[in-house]
Amino acid sequence: MREITYRQALNEALAEELERDPDVFLMGEEVAEYNGAYKVSQGLLERFGPRRIIDTPISENGFAGLGVGAAMVGLRPIIEFMTFSFSLVAFDQVVNNAPNMFTMSGGQFNIPITFRGPNGPAHQLGATHSHATEPLYANSPGLKICTPATPRDAKGLLKTAVRDNNPVLVLEAELLYSSKGMVEPPDEELLIPLGRAEVKREGSDVSIICYAQTVRLALATAAKLEEEDISAEIVDLRSIKPLDEKAIFDSVAKTHRVVIVEQDRPFCGVGAEVCYRIQKNVFDELDAPILRVSQEDVPMPYNERLEKAVLPNADKLIAAVKKVCYA
Amino acid sequence: MQSVEQRDEVEMLSLMLLIRRFEERASQQYQAQKIGGFCHLYIGQEAVVAGAIAAVRDDDYVITAYRDHAHALARGTSADACMAELFGKEAGCSRGLGGSMHFFNRQNHMYGGHAIVGAHVPLAVGLAFAIKYRGEDRVTLCFFGDGAINQGSFHEALNLAALFKLPIVFICENNLFAMGTSVKRSTSLKQIVDRAEGYDIPGEIVDGMNFREVRDKIAEIVHSIRKEPHPAFVEIRTYRYRGHSMSDPASYRTKQELEKYRLDDPITRLRAQLTREGKLTNEQFDQIDKHAKETVLASVKFAEKSPELPLDKLYDYTYANGAKP
Ligand SMILES: Cc1ncc(C[n+]2csc(CCOP(=O)(O)OP(=O)(O)O)c2C)c(N)n1
Ligand SMILES: [Mg+2]
Repeated sequence: MREITYRQALNEALAEELERDPDVFLMGEEVAEYNGAYKVSQGLLERFGPRRIIDTPISENGFAGLGVGAAMVGLRPIIEFMTFSFSLVAFDQVVNNAPNMFTMSGGQFNIPITFRGPNGPAHQLGATHSHATEPLYANSPGLKICTPATPRDAKGLLKTAVRDNNPVLVLEAELLYSSKGMVEPPDEELLIPLGRAEVKREGSDVSIICYAQTVRLALATAAKLEEEDISAEIVDLRSIKPLDEKAIFDSVAKTHRVVIVEQDRPFCGVGAEVCYRIQKNVFDELDAPILRVSQEDVPMPYNERLEKAVLPNADKLIAAVKKVCYA
Repeated sequence: MQSVEQRDEVEMLSLMLLIRRFEERASQQYQAQKIGGFCHLYIGQEAVVAGAIAAVRDDDYVITAYRDHAHALARGTSADACMAELFGKEAGCSRGLGGSMHFFNRQNHMYGGHAIVGAHVPLAVGLAFAIKYRGEDRVTLCFFGDGAINQGSFHEALNLAALFKLPIVFICENNLFAMGTSVKRSTSLKQIVDRAEGYDIPGEIVDGMNFREVRDKIAEIVHSIRKEPHPAFVEIRTYRYRGHSMSDPASYRTKQELEKYRLDDPITRLRAQLTREGKLTNEQFDQIDKHAKETVLASVKFAEKSPELPLDKLYDYTYANGAKP
């Protein structure tokens, strides 16, 4: 194991999959000559050449659709959205073409495509640039969605996504790109299956279910809760779809109290689905109602203080934990 | 109705200087972390917005992309309101809710400030539609970058405007780059203006470093549109001196290229024209520049001491009636 950044981890995953399979190519805005708007594709043009690392005009609907078409005839495109806020321009391709094709064609055309890029609010980018798109896409059968929170998960999940025979969204996060973590050495194949959550911290009093940017928040908060003698278990979903029910239920059976902390909006958010499944399947294990900490239900304001008020934070999470623990 | 020739050129030079000094100050305040998010500066492109605004009436409609500080200023939004917006304050032109990329000013017919590339072009067509629907003789000026012309929304919008014969001027601010991608690498055409031809919209190329050329060309087009509504397209060739945004070192272009454009600076050029014609002395120019600097400096002070929108108003701007769902 060695310590690398989340950005480097993604870069390694891309390079390894490009190396392994000549049908894999990377396409998106500024991915080649500029080395990626967030430098995730650094060096790939130099290494793999312009046939496989391809800059596009600002035409998300066009190049996302190009990817789906290329996948119909067996290529394995990796389509980068500069951010998933811009994937909304390509919504029709991601939601209507990519996941429906296999069904509509009676199983003749599967779409082995990866859509990836940063997702979720960053810092003061305002309403158009701060979307957490996971609930939008989670509502589309046929799509798979993962949300790596650590460099190791980023590498392992992206590699798995590229090899999957279905459309997979890898939702990264701008604020995580420079974060560091331990990852297996490059000569060790690292594949993390989709649909497998990970307990990032063991605990006994409360399960904090989180994903993507909220994992860091949950871990930091768990340390604070420890000082108040509350032992929090941190369950990182890692994949939104498929959802690892077993890992969730196991944790609930252990702690009997649940707070879900998510980066999206509350209405029909990821936490709503998790919450529904817990109460339906392991209702008897619960000692308190499940609480959710999410964004406020408003378009993202630019003002820093208001943005902070909209986002989940440690205070909100601690308050929710204390409430479910009757502490 | 104010006729175009009456717009005082010295006044427009003042506007260009105000824009430049505003952007320089914004850059400095961004580095001092008083401004957050993305911030795109207009330095080098001043003659485009100034020329276009000089060619229209105050009640004409203006809409643009995210490089929008200049358009708001040109539309008479005060430097105070613009700087306060960058600082995220309630006195900002969008109450501090929009930020650099989302400047609005309803009263002065500035319809944004739009940060999704290409997304505002159909909105512009909607503004023009409303003009025709109401039988008015206004015109819509729709500004966008060279990067926007490859979005589907752009193409759909042009076709709609042509089909419905709407009163709109599509103004492509061709500064040669969309982030690090040159027009050569993004667009299959030899020249952007040919996009218009595909929709039977009259198009022209204009030198964006020349205030007078921009103004005269747009005035001519606007005159024709007011007589009989129709869309028109201008590709205005310009250049941004700074990187795409505050975080872009712009290493994809050469120093020589930048220097070439700097030597053709739109402010220097208009100043020289006016001086040559005896309409502006050096003392007057210095006075104007001093005034611009002072206005901008005052706007920083204003923004600094302005209050933020109170937290309890967070939900007041989600629905028009302020109701929480
Ligand atoms: C739909 C969409 N895709 C990508 C982006 C990211 N982006 C912001 S500005 C920009 C370049 C636009 O260039 P251009 O239209 O030429 O305008 P300029 O910056 O030169 O004023 C890109 C790719 C975006 N904001 N929206
Ligand atoms: Mg441009």
